[in-house]
Amino acid sequence: MFTAGAESLLHQAREIQDEELQKFCSRVAKLLQKDDPGPDAVDALQRLFLIVSATKYKRRLEKTCVDLLQTTLCSPKCPEQLQLLCAAILRERSPSDDLSLSCDHVQSSQQLSLVALVLLAQGDRKEEVRSVGQRAFRVLESRQPEGPSLRHLLPVVSKVTRLAPHSIHEDQTSLLSKRLVDWLRYASIQQGVPHASGGFFSTPRARQPGPVTEVDGAVATDFFTVLSTGQHFTEDQWLNVQAFSMLRAWLLASSPQGPSALDSDDKSELEGSTLSVLSATSTASHLLPPQERLREKAFEYCQRLVEQSTRRALRKGDADLQKACLVEAVLVLDVLCRQDPSFLYRTLSCLKALHTRLCGDLARARALLPIAQFFLRHGEAAAVDSEAILQHLFTRVPCELFHSPTLAFEFVRFCGDSLPLFGKNPDILKQSFPNLFKLLAWNSPPLTSEFVELLPWLVDPGTAVEMLHALLDLPCLTAALDLQLRLSPAVSERPLWDASLRNPSCLEASRDPQFQALLQHLLRAKASGTVERLAPLHQLLQPMASCARVAQCAEAVPTLLQAFFSAVTQFADGVLANQLALLLLERCDSLYQVPQYEARVHRVLSSQFLALCALHPSLVVELAKELLEFVGSVSSVRSRGAMLASVAWAIGEYLSVSWDRRCTVEQINRFFEALEALLFELTQSRPSATLPECPPQVIAVLMTTLTKLASRSQDLIPRVSLFLSKMRTLVQSPALSSMHREEGAAAVRTRATELLTLLKMPSVAQFVFTPSAELSEPRYHRDANTALPLALRMVSRLVEKEMGLLPG
Amino acid sequence: MVHAFLIHTLRAPQAQDTGLCRVLYSCVFGAENSPDDPRPRGAERDRLLRKEQILAVARQVDSMCRLQQQASGRTPMDLQPQSSDEPVPLHEAPLGAFRLAAGDPFQEPRTVVWLGVLSLGFALVLDAHENLLLAEGTLRLLARLLLDHLRLLTPSTNLLLRADRIEGILARFLPHGQLLFLNDQFVQGLEKEFSAAWPR
Repeated sequence: MFTAGAESLLHQAREIQDEELQKFCSRVAKLLQKDDPGPDAVDALQRLFLIVSATKYKRRLEKTCVDLLQTTLCSPKCPEQLQLLCAAILRERSPSDDLSLSCDHVQSSQQLSLVALVLLAQGDRKEEVRSVGQRAFRVLESRQPEGPSLRHLLPVVSKVTRLAPHSIHEDQTSLLSKRLVDWLRYASIQQGVPHASGGFFSTPRARQPGPVTEVDGAVATDFFTVLSTGQHFTEDQWLNVQAFSMLRAWLLASSPQGPSALDSDDKSELEGSTLSVLSATSTASHLLPPQERLREKAFEYCQRLVEQSTRRALRKGDADLQKACLVEAVLVLDVLCRQDPSFLYRTLSCLKALHTRLCGDLARARALLPIAQFFLRHGEAAAVDSEAILQHLFTRVPCELFHSPTLAFEFVRFCGDSLPLFGKNPDILKQSFPNLFKLLAWNSPPLTSEFVELLPWLVDPGTAVEMLHALLDLPCLTAALDLQLRLSPAVSERPLWDASLRNPSCLEASRDPQFQALLQHLLRAKASGTVERLAPLHQLLQPMASCARVAQCAEAVPTLLQAFFSAVTQFADGVLANQLALLLLERCDSLYQVPQYEARVHRVLSSQFLALCALHPSLVVELAKELLEFVGSVSSVRSRGAMLASVAWAIGEYLSVSWDRRCTVEQINRFFEALEALLFELTQSRPSATLPECPPQVIAVLMTTLTKLASRSQDLIPRVSLFLSKMRTLVQSPALSSMHREEGAAAVRTRATELLTLLKMPSVAQFVFTPSAELSEPRYHRDANTALPLALRMVSRLVEKEMGLLPG
Repeated sequence: MVHAFLIHTLRAPQAQDTGLCRVLYSCVFGAENSPDDPRPRGAERDRLLRKEQILAVARQVDSMCRLQQQASGRTPMDLQPQSSDEPVPLHEAPLGAFRLAAGDPFQEPRTVVWLGVLSLGFALVLDAHENLLLAEGTLRLLARLLLDHLRLLTPSTNLLLRADRIEGILARFLPHGQLLFLNDQFVQGLEKEFSAAWPR
């Protein structure tokens, strides 16, 4: 595959010098100028292609060489191999300014196709796309419908339509629509004749080819489609295939309002009324203008495909194609109904029947997505309840098929694309978040960014708490899904679970009923409104925490938490903020133990805790009891370090009368005592293997918080001052040896000194630590007569003086 | 429609950053145009941008494939055929899809469908609302054709100097980036045509 030889080949191609390249170009030119360029020319061109494509920087090629490449491309008697290589080289150099290639005099569609390969890659600097499109239509107009090799033309037209839809005139649109109708609906239903190879022993009269067959071998019952097979194919059958392949894009681009008009969602008044006015039968189709006629034939084609997809294909390739055709047929029907609401009535019955048929068929579950989107979009206009279809989709499909990466991706894309359509009834989406999380938990790398965009739409005041628990337990969900796969009957030959972990010990244990209940809760399909403590499951599934898939999910969770919180803080009221804050406190040491997961989550949770407090400052007063409990238990500083710092900071900031009138002096004193005791214990205990040293940041935050509280309840000031001076000496203990600790110790000492100095002037301290709300006004800072600048100047002078007087 | 098709190297899941991800072949069908760009870019810069976009896609496919392999716990050895005559079980080969947001790296949002076969990655860069089932089928078909006709399983061959065949296959099975609904018989017919025109 990619051997060292290939690596050196690439290297050579990149490093070839300009001089040598020019010599090579002249050689190529000479070879191309020969009447019969042989395999040498092919070889040389292959090398030239490699040289041009190997580097992202431009390679200067000799002008004669480039010109010859262009002429070779355009000369019809050159073998296809050379033409393709020339086109490829010129395309690889694109966009380039020295191209003189044009499609103005091209007559054959094959030639146009080759030239278009190069021209369309130029980037439309000189309106190349438009000119290619115009030339293509010219060729189309001049040909008979059954003319040879129009096959090469349709992809070009399709590409031009995609790149520059407005460059096609209305009469050209009509022309192509007419032709498409012919090819789609009236292609021959006899098999093609094999190309007569001639030769001595060929039978003089070949057997008459029979009719085309369906994919299950039966004789075709109706007109030719992409699901009709045969030994050989006629030209118009080829065109049938191509016409259907480009049909949806053509319908969208050629509608009178243009491609963008269909994205708008507003239900036109017309939609509801035409349904009753128009009859269910179609108008005599030959009386319709080309666009409407095309739509009518497209509708018939799709109906036929839906019918053909019920047959059992003999070959696997055909079975796969049936699924793709089913999806495409529904998508085309959706476009048709958007463009012309009169199709709704006929389509609805067809799709309803299809949906019923597909409900039990897991292998075709992917076709359920466009059907659901159709009913979401058109259900209201047709007064049809799409509820049942959506329920089935959201409850069954993710449970059974979360392990298919492409289905998971398509499902989430469906949610993302259909968000505007869910407008009236978003509940089905919001209530199904547990099932959606299964897709995410199993396939986190490609789906994380999708979910970051989707989360704001899933978050709801009613389910926010449950969702946060679910997000924190996401890696556990991954492990549980893996377990579930191992325990259920195999759905495919290859094991879908992590093959590197054989027979984990939790397999048997999980059958225990107590775990079963918790597992059922974790694997629920809909939001249950209740919260279960899953700590026993965390322990049970510990052997699986080292799986790669679980680790990948764990890596994605911090990002998702950020997205969750930025969505929740948009609408969270005081009650919800309290609930979430409590949740953070509770869960920060009750997480599934994946390596590094806890540390990462703590970082997010601690900053989000502060965000919640900023949103709802009264939180600190309202949750005083729980916060005291949290602060009181010091044993898990290791696991709670980051959270502890945040909680202490929040207490320091928001536990004051200016934020909440209910704050009492007793509360301040109680918090003070708890924090003082905590800090004492943290600094007294010797660091050991089980209890590593408390980080200096936490110590600094605790000291600052104590000082803040003291500035509000001034009886505490003597206590704090005493404590701080003790801190200064404490931190100088000889037990600290490494340089890191020296820096930390120095920082703590400095902070202690600053705080002490400030406390010497209680009113200044109060001013600094409990600033009034006016502090956020710019005037406060600009006006030289207000208190703040004066105070700052005084404070800084005082602090500098004090620092100068201190030893060391 | 398909915006680009590329073939690149895949690093083994267990390898720790050895070597770079190299794009072995790429084909862009039609350029992204930027009519609203206030600073008209030179042709060279455009080409540079295009190449870097493709490389960005290749790197993302590389890491997605590696993550998927690691998650499934399978080693690349599992997918090696016993002999070079046996067809590579493409239905077992890792396959996935992901979305590229607008501006990162293409102007419009696009979807990438990728397939990993031994140490090669094949990827299709699609427009945003394409039929993914069809794209997957086409990708598997292209991979199978390329493996067969370029004899990629024989150790000594490489595809760097076989661009003509790749172009020939693309011209028939993915003309100008158009995904085709080809049933088995059509595929066989096209393949016969190809083999006749380009004898091995």
